[in-house]
Formats: sequence, structure tokens, C-alpha cells
Amino acid sequence: MKGLVRGVVTVAGLLALWHLAYVMNGRRSYLLPSPEQTARTAIERFDTLVHHALVTYGEILLGLGLGTALGVASALALVSWAPVRRWLLPVLVVSQAVPVFALAPLLVLWLGYGLASKVAMATLIIYFPVASAFLDGLRRTDPLWLEQARVMNAGRWAMLRYVRLPAALPALASGMRVATAVAPIGAVVGEWVGSSAGLGYLMLHANARMQIDLMFAALAALAVFAVVLYRAVDAGMRALVPWQRESDV
Amino acid sequence: MRGGRRLAVARACGPAPGVQPGLGVRLSEATLSYDGVRLFADLALELRAGRTTALLGPSGVGKSTLLRLIAGLEVGDHVRATVVCDDGGPLAGRVAYLAQRDSLLPWASALDNVALGARLRGEPLRPARKRAASMLADVGLGDRLHDRPGRLSGGMRQRVALARALMEDRPVILMDEPFSALDFLTRLRLQDLTARLLTGRTVLLVTHDPLEALRLGDAIHVLHGRPANLDAPLEPPGAPPRAADDPALLARQADLVRRLTGEHHAGAGS
Repeated sequence: MKGLVRGVVTVAGLLALWHLAYVMNGRRSYLLPSPEQTARTAIERFDTLVHHALVTYGEILLGLGLGTALGVASALALVSWAPVRRWLLPVLVVSQAVPVFALAPLLVLWLGYGLASKVAMATLIIYFPVASAFLDGLRRTDPLWLEQARVMNAGRWAMLRYVRLPAALPALASGMRVATAVAPIGAVVGEWVGSSAGLGYLMLHANARMQIDLMFAALAALAVFAVVLYRAVDAGMRALVPWQRESDV
Repeated sequence: MRGGRRLAVARACGPAPGVQPGLGVRLSEATLSYDGVRLFADLALELRAGRTTALLGPSGVGKSTLLRLIAGLEVGDHVRATVVCDDGGPLAGRVAYLAQRDSLLPWASALDNVALGARLRGEPLRPARKRAASMLADVGLGDRLHDRPGRLSGGMRQRVALARALMEDRPVILMDEPFSALDFLTRLRLQDLTARLLTGRTVLLVTHDPLEALRLGDAIHVLHGRPANLDAPLEPPGAPPRAADDPALLARQADLVRRLTGEHHAGAGS
């Protein structure tokens, strides 16, 4: 209940600030439209917005799913097989020196203007925080737990499955939170480079046609989705590691 | 419960089923150094079958390291030792370890923590959980089976750890300052409980508390010096747990305190 009140107050405050900026800016709608005007446009162009929004939302969700799955799988592979770790870990680290945004034109060239290049972009962006956080968690198991397991004659797999994996879940949860926060970037950058649909595409075109209010409406659609997605993932992660709250008190 | 224990002994002792009440363990020729500092040189220690051996000593002398050495947790080039059981077999796989620090898995319920060994070894879970529940009832936590460690007090958590060590049903139990983080009264109560539940097992109890050693130990060693030496054991009369307010016990405590502090000075001087 308190959280709801805080949320409403925050949103109202931000809208008020927006309006204030609009007024102080001399009400020049071609630079910064007012919140009311943006809302009006959003209602007028609702069908267009929904059409493009669904494309972008789909890219983000697919990227999040794929990036998480790949990240979790790589972390498990890296921690389970020493040769994999010796050969692939340096490659993984060096690969992060390549800015993913610089790859966007290549991805569009290789995978086309459609969904695939954007999903690949989002996946790439999401992959690394998930893989590195989870790997870190898997490698930092409390030695005492491992010793207990060893005295109990646990095999390597049982130890991974019942001790190291659950012990790494809080780290995975932080990685997932970071990944979720950056996930929309991948999709939108991909759309900017080359696409025929999506909120990023809509923003680019609205911008070119001086439809700044439509651009803001698209931005709002993206922001609302990003917040909702983050909240959902955060809630999911809390459910995944319920013991964290108990020990944090 | 008693039947289960006898079964463990029979399994551990192989050729002489049900005759020996525990499994004697002999550590000999133990040499260990950390960063060029020799903690042990040719050290020997005997854990008599079915008895509790208490190990006292100033901090840093290597009490916990000695216990970990016996548990098989100190491995590598820095260590050399022979650990033999009375039956000639190795100790590996026949020992349970109760650590100093809270070693419960925070995500698992008390019940799952106690049944952890069975799960790790891939044993059938249903009977294991049933037995775990009765172990928890034995340590007075029958109503907290499904609570995670985060919801239990320090004393309760250590009781869960004790139940887990018992659940393993091993003839030898190594305890590393198991009650040091608890308040005095909780500690006394847990010492009583431990003595009652561990009757008949071979126990090594590492502690910094002379009173605890005197209440629970059949043989009390003081470890001192570097490389460390073991005193001839002190063997208090009567069966553990001995009453904490017994004047004879308190007199021995004074003697132990003298040994601990006196030897400390001697060790520093040499």
C-alpha cells in the first residue's frame, strides 16, 4: 500500500517536472511536447503504437529468454569442465571489449531487417551480465559448505546440483536484474540501425517527420514496459531466493 | 534410534560386529606447515573408541587444523600424516564433521539440511527425511522442521547441525568449537544434549573452553607450542556430561587454566 502511494507520487512528480520543463522552455512543442499533448497523441495513434510496441516487446522478451538461457548454460559449462574454462573464459572476457553497439550494423547485415537481428542484439547484451554473475556465484561457494559436502561423500555433480547451484542463485539474481535493465537498449539500438517495425523504428521516423509528440509517446511506451519488466523480473528473483530476505534482516 | 546406532557400529567395525562401541582412530607422524611455519612435526593423537577426546589450546596453535587433518580436509604438499582406524581401514567416509561456524545451507529447511547427506549421496529421500524428522525431534526441534536457518536462533541452528552430524550415523564425529558462538546457558544445555546423543561414538571435540572440555571429555589434551606438542591427557572421573557446578570439576578447571596459560608462556619463551 505504501509502495503504491510512493509510486503514484513519484509518477505525478515526474509529470509535473516534465510540464514545468515544457513551460520554462517557452512551450515549444517541436522541441519538447507537454505531457497532455503526448497523452493525446498516444490515444490518437494508439493502434500504431501498439503495433510497433508489440514488436519491440517481443524482441526484448525473446532476447531476455535466450540471453539468460545461454548465460546460465555457459556459466555451468565453464564451472563444470576445467578445459572449457581454460580455453573459453579468456575468449569470453576479451569478447566483452568489443562494444555490442558496434556490432549492430553487422548483425543487421547478416540477419536482416527483421526480428532476428534485434533478438541477437538483445541476447548479446543480456548474455554477459548473466553469465559472469552466475559464474562468479558458482565459483564463490562458501568453502565450509563444500567441505561439509565432501565429508558427506558427495560426488562432483551432487555438489554442483545441491550446494553450488543454489548458493549461486543470489548472484544470478543480481545478474538478471542488471540484464533486465539493459535489455531494451539492445532491441532499440538494433531497430535504429535497420528495421521496418518497432518502437525504435517509430521513434526514428517520428523524429524525421518532426512528430516529436509521437516520439515521446513511443518513448513512454518503452519506459513503461521497461519498468514493468524490471519489476516482474525482480519479483521473480525474490521468489527464487526467499532465504535472502531472512538473512538480510 | 539405538538400533540405528548399533547398525552403524557393526558396519564400521566389519569383522567384529557389535563388540566395539565405536571406532578408535590413531593419528601418527603428522607433519604440517603453512607458509614455511611448521605447525606440527611428527605429532600423534589417539581417539579411543567410543570415547570423547577433548582438545584444548590457545588460539592459533592449530587445534582446528589438527581436526581438519583427521577429517581429511587438509590435503596437499604441506601436509603428511597417517590416520588409521582400529580395524585397519581408512577413516574416509566414516566420519561426520560439526563445524565451528554455522554451516547450514541457508536455502534449505531444517529438515532438508539434516537430510543433506542422503541427498548428496543419492540415497532414497523418503526414509531419510523421516529419520531426519526424528533426529530433529531428538534435539527438540520437532516443531521447526520446515523453517529455514534464517528463522532459527543461533542455538537452534547449532542443534540442527548436531542433528545433521548424528543423521550421518558415522562412528566418528569431529566437532570444531561447536558451541563457541552461543551464550553460557544455551551452551550448557547443548553440552548436555550432545553428551546424551553422542554416547558410544568416538568424538574429537576441539574447544577453547576448559569447562566444556571437562564436562564432555573422557580424555583432555592441551595442545601448545610451535611445532605443537600434546600434553599427557587429563582424565576426569565420572561419565559425561559432568555437572558444571561440581567443585571437583572446578578444581580441575583451575588446573587446566594453569596448564593453558603456563604452557603458553613456556612455549613463547622457548
